[in-house]
Amino acid sequence: MLLPRFEYRAARTVGEALTLWAEQPGARFMAGGTDLIAQMRTRRKVSRVVDIKQIPELNQIRESEDGGVAIGAAVALSALCEHPRVRERYPALVECACQVGAYALRNRATLAGNLCNASPAADTAVALLALEAKVVATNMDRSRVIPVEEFFLGPGKSALEEGELVTEIVLPARSAGFQGSYHRQSRRRGMDLASVAVLVAKGGEGAPRYRVGLVSVAPTPLRVRAAEELMEREGPSAIARAAEAARLACSPITDARASAEYRREMVGVLTARGLAALA
Amino acid sequence: MRHTITVRVNGVEERHEVDANQTLLSFLRDTLNLTGAKQGCNEGECGSCMVLLDGKAVNGCLTLAAELDGHEVATIEGLGQAGALHPLQSAFLKHHAVQCGFCTPGVVMTSLALLQENPKPTELQLKTALAGNLCRCTGYRQILDAIQDAAKTMRAQSKRRTA
Repeated sequence: MLLPRFEYRAARTVGEALTLWAEQPGARFMAGGTDLIAQMRTRRKVSRVVDIKQIPELNQIRESEDGGVAIGAAVALSALCEHPRVRERYPALVECACQVGAYALRNRATLAGNLCNASPAADTAVALLALEAKVVATNMDRSRVIPVEEFFLGPGKSALEEGELVTEIVLPARSAGFQGSYHRQSRRRGMDLASVAVLVAKGGEGAPRYRVGLVSVAPTPLRVRAAEELMEREGPSAIARAAEAARLACSPITDARASAEYRREMVGVLTARGLAALA
Repeated sequence: MRHTITVRVNGVEERHEVDANQTLLSFLRDTLNLTGAKQGCNEGECGSCMVLLDGKAVNGCLTLAAELDGHEVATIEGLGQAGALHPLQSAFLKHHAVQCGFCTPGVVMTSLALLQENPKPTELQLKTALAGNLCRCTGYRQILDAIQDAAKTMRAQSKRRTA
């Protein structure tokens, strides 16, 4: 029942977390731990777990400098989904976040953890892509801002460098008000990763802006700008062509959860269905 | 590496040495001999290790014991006793919502967390909350009926208490 051996250290400040990581080769930051603990049981070797949940500022959801919302790296998804300001301004993110794992898992799992795990099936990643969120990452020397668009490099691979800690994820003010729906297929309603999922969202002032994002059908979560542009240019009459654009944009594989053919087909179906419901 | 933790379990303060690589589930079962929470999949899929941490449902297999210092855990053992069952336990008996019983402590604890947040859940809210709890015997219908019945009893009780 025991996990492989490792050290556990809880940091109280970001600086302490970075030091605890740096002094022990093979250390790993942990937020909710729902991915990390499961991975340590089977494949991931970790010499020291640096728990960031006790760092006060990482537990905050706050107004960001540009009028958007910044979500601390240790905020649980359930707290995110219940937050009045997030619900009001970023409902598309809540749509995705409340479909991660299951009820109890969301009491532990975090937005930052879902991102850093860099799974092609990360439900919240597609919302962050669509909402043009930014990731704030800090190491001993500096803080930098990574657009989510540049964050995912491949399955399990992100733009984070060794020793960088994600401290918060910032949703820009301009993305507030996008209404979205997340269409997710999985073998089982709870816990299972998405076999294929599509986020569609619509917002903006004046002429509507569209967002289309895909999950579990490419090496990374994917935004389909071609589909968005078709909808923005031509409106609801372009739904079939936008769905076709999404179908062409994905590059699914066959695995235990679904076949490549099924995934590609469902991208078309779910995109059309979602856009029709938005229009 | 060992850690000394002080944690309230079912209202009783416990002070123990735990290993860094010990889970909350192992702490309950192996250290405290509270074997109500079960080890099923050990990776968060099945929900049979569900307990409450500071009032919220969590998977015991995905939480480290060392994280518990200063926190509060509630398990099925703290819920009711023979002769004085909790409404959820009575309702599970009445509706035959238990067959092999392996998933039952987890299902009951998930339900308890939900009913504390939302005393009158819809069928869909209930199913959503239970999506992380697998039962391979009952087919879920009896479980859902039992929880709704218990919710009714619990609402009546809290009304009586406030009256």
